[in-house]
Amino acid sequence: MQKFTTFTSIAAPLERANVDTDAIIPKQFLKSIKRSGFGVNLFDEWRYLDHGEVGMDNSKRPLNMNFVLNQKKYQGAKILLVRENFGCGSSREHAPWALEDYGFKAIIAPSFADIFYNNCFKNGMLPIVQDNNVMDELFASTDAITINLDAQSIHVNNKTYLFEIDTERKRRLLNGLDDIDLTLQYTDDIKIFEKGYFNKYSWL
Amino acid sequence: MAQTLYDKLMDAHVVREDDSTTLIYIDRQLIHEVTSPQAFEGLTMARRKPWRISANLAVPDHNVPTTNRSSGVSGISDAISKLQIETLDKNCKTFGINEIPMNDMRQGIVHVIGPEQGATLPGMSIVCGDSHTSTHGALGALAFGIGTSEVEHVLATGCLWQSKSKNLNIEVSGKLNKHVSAKDIALYIIGQIGTAGGTGYAIEFSGSTIQDLSIEGRMTLCNMAIEAGARVGMVAVDDKTIDYVKGRPLAPSGVKWNKAVEYWHTLHSDKDAYFDKIVHFNAQDIKPQVTWGTSPEMVVAIDGYIPNPTNAKNQTEKVSWENALNYIHLTADTKISDIKIDKVFIGSCTNSRIEDLRIAASVLKDKKIANNIKLALVVPGSGLIKKQAEKEGLDKIFINSGFEWREAGCSMCLAMNADKLEAGERCASTSNRNFESRQGQGSFTHLVSPAIAAASALTGHFSKVE
Repeated sequence: MQKFTTFTSIAAPLERANVDTDAIIPKQFLKSIKRSGFGVNLFDEWRYLDHGEVGMDNSKRPLNMNFVLNQKKYQGAKILLVRENFGCGSSREHAPWALEDYGFKAIIAPSFADIFYNNCFKNGMLPIVQDNNVMDELFASTDAITINLDAQSIHVNNKTYLFEIDTERKRRLLNGLDDIDLTLQYTDDIKIFEKGYFNKYSWL
Repeated sequence: MAQTLYDKLMDAHVVREDDSTTLIYIDRQLIHEVTSPQAFEGLTMARRKPWRISANLAVPDHNVPTTNRSSGVSGISDAISKLQIETLDKNCKTFGINEIPMNDMRQGIVHVIGPEQGATLPGMSIVCGDSHTSTHGALGALAFGIGTSEVEHVLATGCLWQSKSKNLNIEVSGKLNKHVSAKDIALYIIGQIGTAGGTGYAIEFSGSTIQDLSIEGRMTLCNMAIEAGARVGMVAVDDKTIDYVKGRPLAPSGVKWNKAVEYWHTLHSDKDAYFDKIVHFNAQDIKPQVTWGTSPEMVVAIDGYIPNPTNAKNQTEKVSWENALNYIHLTADTKISDIKIDKVFIGSCTNSRIEDLRIAASVLKDKKIANNIKLALVVPGSGLIKKQAEKEGLDKIFINSGFEWREAGCSMCLAMNADKLEAGERCASTSNRNFESRQGQGSFTHLVSPAIAAASALTGHFSKVE
């Protein structure tokens, strides 16, 4: 996984609450057995005017120009602004895969659904929680935002907002660490645990 | 110290505790075809082996056709669905993982077959790359949905990093009204606390109403904990739990059974256990529920009306309600029972168990569905449930009333197979999500109980059981 570094980008404002993972990546695209290539179908039903299916030439599909990601000023945005409970519903990791593949590196919202929040970190993407007042200010601004994970700060319009993040998740993102490699360092702990566990719960 | 059920289950599985995160041991991983191929690919690329092969049980369910399966997987007409199921078969074979294949009598929805086979036992830690894994908490297990990276992590290490959730006790007490079921309790609770009401929490459902529910009913309730934002939904173990587990193919027996039962009896919250939040509901306040919008929290009683966005509690909710009504082609203040439906779906990991089918059949017996119903489907949760229903003659009741009787799978809950709604079609569905386009692009989903789905099929609009 790539290390998460400080970056500056404009932010695309998606003025919606309770955006579910079905909306982020509709189910027909879940049939892929690959991990990449979901970005073109991110928010497919809001982004395009026709019905999307696997294997279509997306460059030829009619765009919904009212949708935020299709507006010229938000092209290249690496930050997504959304309202509360973003990523609710299905646990599909295809949702963060699609967001990451599209080019987003951070999502700022007043709250996230638990499974989605967790899945973001597995893909080097940073979900940031800010309260509604700050969200309103961010939505109102069109200036570029700088995100510094090390300092846990968002900087925009000469103002700095701090955010909370679990220390271990921060360490893993900053260093681009692989979860499985880290866990396998504790192979002995797992084996010792198993011995006691299956002795105690002998029916398992 | 007095502990909650969740605390007890977490404590039993702690391998290692660091400052902010805990490595917990996973007893059981359930695997299906949609969220596993990339995990197996990752394992292969890193040349890793599964940590404990016997921890895993796989079954194809999301993509499987519910009609003609006589030619097996090779006969699936959708080439990409077929590839996904073939990939699961191949991965299970390569890694030696126990799989119940599509044409096995025991095949079914992963959250139905886990408990049915005894692969789900009280006290276990259970994960699956599917958010409705909360279902298994009905048996006093610690069960939650994970993403594909974590599926790979569990395959490779047998463990998972977790941060501890807070404890939420949802207590429901009193006797349920007639024709009100676990599904109505779930929808009612979500309507009250919202789809983010349980975010960050593990929910324990308690109280006399919950104790009176069957294990099937408790599964329906825990299944929808995720729709309230909680990854974990649980019910304490009692005699019903133990009776349910006894004799299942993968359940222990003999001396081991006695030892297990002794432990399982401790799986309840202690009397003075601390909950971060407690919410009480009275069963008498719960009527049959119908969702009207595009989020499970957009729900009212069947004798109610669609709310008016002018009465929303804030601007965000107002915009959400307006978007929902705009999408679903309904107007504020419409009487729920005036809404006509085109299709009916009885199935999904929420409501496809034998008890659900019995209730629906009892409503439909000797009656015909309305002329405006274009399609009414019953999709049993497993091949074994289908067989049991046929033994009881339920299939004939459904078919005589005008329903189609299908093979087991996820089917029209998320429409990854051929069972879907067309744009503009309106469905009374016993599934769990009414998101935009969930059951087919541009389609409209209304979540209901099996009783209301059946009663509404008979009249062609949302109706109470007569």
